[in-house]
Amino acid sequence: MATVELLFSALPEHVRTARLVAAAVARRAGVDEAVLDEVRLAVGEACSRAVGLHVSQGIAKPVRVVLTEDEKKFSIEVGDDAPHQAVVGSAAAASGAPAATPSGSAAAHEEAADGEDDMGLAVISGLVDDVEVTADETGGLIRMSWPTTPAAETA
Amino acid sequence: MDLSLSTETVGDRTVVKVGGEIDVYTAPKLREQLVELVNDGNYHLVVDMEGVDFLDSTGLGVLVGGLKRVRAHEGSLRLVCNQERILKIFRITGLTKVFPIHTSVEDAVQATD
Repeated sequence: MATVELLFSALPEHVRTARLVAAAVARRAGVDEAVLDEVRLAVGEACSRAVGLHVSQGIAKPVRVVLTEDEKKFSIEVGDDAPHQAVVGSAAAASGAPAATPSGSAAAHEEAADGEDDMGLAVISGLVDDVEVTADETGGLIRMSWPTTPAAETA
Repeated sequence: MDLSLSTETVGDRTVVKVGGEIDVYTAPKLREQLVELVNDGNYHLVVDMEGVDFLDSTGLGVLVGGLKRVRAHEGSLRLVCNQERILKIFRITGLTKVFPIHTSVEDAVQATD
C-alpha cells in the first residue's frame, strides 16, 4: 500500500506542493539528507511533465503521485492520463484521417513538445539511478526509487 | 517561496538578481523579464542565481531562450552561481558548456571572453 498518495489538478502552481510532500515523506522514510534535493527535483520534473501533457491535451483528470516506503527503498510513481503520442499517431493514420497535408505542422508541433519533455526526462535520468518510464494508450508512468538508510530510525 | 526579480545596470551590463524557486509555475515571470530587457535593448545580461533555492528544466529552458535572444543581437548571457545543487543541474544537462558561469557578479560584469 502507498504510504502517501496525492492527486492534484494539472496546474503548474501545485507542482511545488508535490515536491514538498514528496521530500517530507522521503525524509521520514529514511532517504539520505544529501539525496533529498534530488528527490525534490526529480519529482518536480515528473510532475511538470505530467501537468504539461494534461494541459496541452486538454485532459481534466488530476495528476497522480504515489509515494511508497518499503523496507529498503523509497519509491515515487508519477502518473498521467495522456495517451502515448505514437499510439495517437498510428490511430489517426489507421482511421484514415485527412491528416496528409497538415501532418507536417503536426509533426513539427510534436517535435517541439517532445523537446520539452526530453529536457525533463534528461534531468530525471541524470539524477536517478533507478528510473523507469512507461506509456501506453491510457497514459504514462514514471517510477523512481531511492535506497533508504536504516539508521534513520533513531527518531 | 515565490520568485523575486530585480535588475541593476552596471556599465553596459544588466544584472538580473533572481531569488526563490524557478519552476514550471514561476519560470514564465523570469521569461517575461528577460524578453522585456532584450526588447528594451539590453543585450548583455548577467543572471545572478545566488539567491535561487530551486531550479528545474523549465528554468533551464527560459535561460536557454534568453541566451538565444541576446545572441540574435550579438549579446551575452552570463550566470553567477556557486551553489553546488544548482550547478549540478547545469552539469547533467551539459549546459555548463553553453553558459559562462561565474563565481561573482563583479567577475561576470568584467568578463569579455
